[in-house]
Amino acid sequence: MNADSIQFFQQEVPLSWYLLLSAVLFALGVVGFLIKRNLITVFMSIELMLNAVNLSFVTFAHQWHAVKGQIFVFFVMVVAAAEAAVGLAIIIAVFRARSTLAVDRIDLMKL
Amino acid sequence: MHLILFILFAGICLAGAVNLLLQTHPINSALSLIVVMTSLAVLYLQLGAEFLAAAQVIVYAGAIMVLFTFVVMLLNAGREERTRGSRAAVVVGFPAVAVLLAVATTVVQHTPKLGTSTFGDTMSNQPGATNLEVLSGVLFTKLLLPFEVTSVLILVAILGSVALARFGHGEKGAGE
Amino acid sequence: MNGPLLFLPLIPLVPFLGFLVNGTLGRKLPKALVATIALAAPLLSFLIVLHAAFLVWAGSVTLPVIEQGAPVWISAGAVHIDFGSVVDPLSLVMLLIITGVGFLIHVYSVGYMAEEDGYWRFFAYLNLFLFFMTVLVQAGNILLMFVGWEGVGLASYLLVGFWFQKTSAADAGKKAFIVNRVGDFGFLIGIFLLLANFGTLTVTEIAARIAANPGMTGGVLTAISLCLLVGATGKSAQLPLYVWLPDAMEGPTPVSALIHAATMVTAGVYMIARTHFIFDRSPLALMVVAIIGAATALFAATIGLVQTDIKRVLAYSTVSQLGYMFLGCGVAAYSAAVFHLMTHAFFKALLFLAAGSVIHGLGGEQDMRKMGGLRKHMPVTFWTMTMAVLAIAGFFPFAGFFSKDAILYAAFAQGGLGTVLWFVGLVTALLTSFYMFRLWYLTFMGESRDPHAHPHESPWSMLCPLVILAVLSVCGGWIGVGRFGAFLAPAVGRHAAESGAGSLEIWLSVLAVAVAALGWFLADRLYRQRPGSAAQVAAAVPAGYNLLVHKYYVDEIYSMMFVKPLLALSKFFLEWVVDIAILGGLAWLLGGIALLGGAILQRWQSGNLRSYAAWLALGAVALLLFVLVPWTTVLAGFGLHIGMVGH
Repeated sequence: MNADSIQFFQQEVPLSWYLLLSAVLFALGVVGFLIKRNLITVFMSIELMLNAVNLSFVTFAHQWHAVKGQIFVFFVMVVAAAEAAVGLAIIIAVFRARSTLAVDRIDLMKL
Repeated sequence: MHLILFILFAGICLAGAVNLLLQTHPINSALSLIVVMTSLAVLYLQLGAEFLAAAQVIVYAGAIMVLFTFVVMLLNAGREERTRGSRAAVVVGFPAVAVLLAVATTVVQHTPKLGTSTFGDTMSNQPGATNLEVLSGVLFTKLLLPFEVTSVLILVAILGSVALARFGHGEKGAGE
Repeated sequence: MNGPLLFLPLIPLVPFLGFLVNGTLGRKLPKALVATIALAAPLLSFLIVLHAAFLVWAGSVTLPVIEQGAPVWISAGAVHIDFGSVVDPLSLVMLLIITGVGFLIHVYSVGYMAEEDGYWRFFAYLNLFLFFMTVLVQAGNILLMFVGWEGVGLASYLLVGFWFQKTSAADAGKKAFIVNRVGDFGFLIGIFLLLANFGTLTVTEIAARIAANPGMTGGVLTAISLCLLVGATGKSAQLPLYVWLPDAMEGPTPVSALIHAATMVTAGVYMIARTHFIFDRSPLALMVVAIIGAATALFAATIGLVQTDIKRVLAYSTVSQLGYMFLGCGVAAYSAAVFHLMTHAFFKALLFLAAGSVIHGLGGEQDMRKMGGLRKHMPVTFWTMTMAVLAIAGFFPFAGFFSKDAILYAAFAQGGLGTVLWFVGLVTALLTSFYMFRLWYLTFMGESRDPHAHPHESPWSMLCPLVILAVLSVCGGWIGVGRFGAFLAPAVGRHAAESGAGSLEIWLSVLAVAVAALGWFLADRLYRQRPGSAAQVAAAVPAGYNLLVHKYYVDEIYSMMFVKPLLALSKFFLEWVVDIAILGGLAWLLGGIALLGGAILQRWQSGNLRSYAAWLALGAVALLLFVLVPWTTVLAGFGLHIGMVGH
């Protein structure tokens, strides 16, 4: 490698790139929510959305040297854990009642 | 260094996310999601959030995704079936996502004062204070109440999931 | 104004109080108390009017008396209408008649209606009528007069339909009210024209304005007079709106006496006399009034010749006599018309009350063919009715002679058309005399034609008013002759031909009496000397007789021309347009909207998770856009400036 490329690769990363990545991940999460047919996979897309938001928070915490951004991410993780536990329990219950995990087949309120 | 690391792990992250969408078997999607999470942990490291990077790997990738995997295997979810689609999802949803993405990028591009990241930059002005010290310093003093509340939240979640998953609809308790 | 208190506002208010008390509490009160309250009211009003009249006669009060400081009703821009009373010679005469004769009829009703269940209702309505009638004649402006006008129409409807369970009575009440309404439409147009042209409805002001403008004749004034005339023909039962009066005989006889003989039907004559200054400026309108009056007089008299119901004969007689009054107004002899109004009130009320006494004595029989020989069983009724018959026929020196002669002389003196109308009036006098004596012979003379009748004389509560009215029918003319015109002149102007009793007038009077005697003679011949000859005469002219018996088929013609098409049209309209098109369409529309909305919204609630997610995303994006985009600037770029952004 020559000096220019080394210099190129030693540049700092603009924070806007992190935010762009976060936005793209979020959009991918929404798309996954819309097109996936398996209930568990849909739930996973939700987790992807949460992660994207976490990245955004950490980026801004870095920008403004505010540790509160990181603390918020901490709390998001906690809530995501609780939500995942309860949500998966619900999915299990739904599976027991309907014997299917296809999102389109689960369209009645009463189990 | 930063740039290479960023490009590499951002790429892995994106690849994992796209793979999540493209796979048909949920276990493959789960594994892709694990990839996404670990690469995100690296990105957190780059942004100076060491504790969070560790928490990401331990909690998210290590606990939550494992839970997902357990459930997938428990329910023996197979490949996705072809079902009747939702026209609304396509007609309404995709444009919405596109607009969302456009708006987000526009805002990001035009926000002034976004600087660059400094690799492993610390959060506080005190020299020598680690990220963990700063984080816990705030968490256990100013934000103690929310911290305690989350423990209650987790307790409730435990109870809820146990209650939901214990007996199914019309099934008797196993072995009770 | 200075001078002694006249208590003018009390004159209408006391009967109104009587109406309120009897109307709300009367059902629970004993009949004696109801009657006392109901009689106290007109008595009190009459005493107040007497007091006022006495003061006028004694000279301590000069007329006209205009009440000052009355409460204001409408004050909008230049239009100012208040509740003020005005007493001038004309209204004083009317008030005396209304309260005096009204009181007598109230007394009569105590006996006549003694067995009725709706006793309290009857007296409440009678008091209500008195209230409205006094408002009508005391009103200082035409709008207040119109209130009284409508009110007496209402009272008439209530009283004619008093026995509302009887279909014919209820129908008659409706007919009276509706035909009156047609006339009132004309009256209203007249009021609008007055307001538009003079800006005020106060009678004295309009008179002053017309007097200040000597060149104003014809044109608008003709239009106004003709419109007012339409109203008068409705209320006073002239051609072509007389059809309600014979049917109104379905009401109790005191009602017929008070409302349809003495007071309400004279409201039209009063109105023309009150607004005479408008009519004076329009010779065309006066001519129309006179022609209508004379034609109606003759027309109704011919129908009265062949009627068999005693009250119907009197009803057509009333229409005919009102025609005389209109004739008097039409030749601008207003005081003569009002004079006849007064004497007519006396003898017509007496005729009706006596007829009521006969009906009461016969237990409800009204068909004259079943009467006869009643002079033996009901002497007081017989003698009082005889006085009335002589008065209406116009014999000297009874009341009707003077008043009818005044009108006929005024008509003759006008010349031209007036002479023709005089002749019509003369023929009508002949017919009047004939049918009244026919009634007299059929009812009282000869022998009873109904073997089952047990007639008895009426109680003294009914006979007292008869006697008083009989006295008035005899002497009433002497009060007014010569002096009446002078007394009323400030209110209605003088007629050129009123001056003294010239030889022409004396000759005309003799002719009128001779004609009346001829009528008596004919009646005597047909009904006493040769009892069957009336039927022979009728058989000789079957077509004419049928025409008269069926009242010229006027009711049938009206029914065919107006009533049936209206009913059919309204039925069609209500059934098809309102019920089916409007209401049905509205219901269909509302239901359709609800169903359509529901059908559209139902598709949203599909239960499909993915579509929910899609709409969620859309909503989130919309919120985001709403927050982030600077809308005011964007819209300003499109030219739509909102709020404080922009120019």
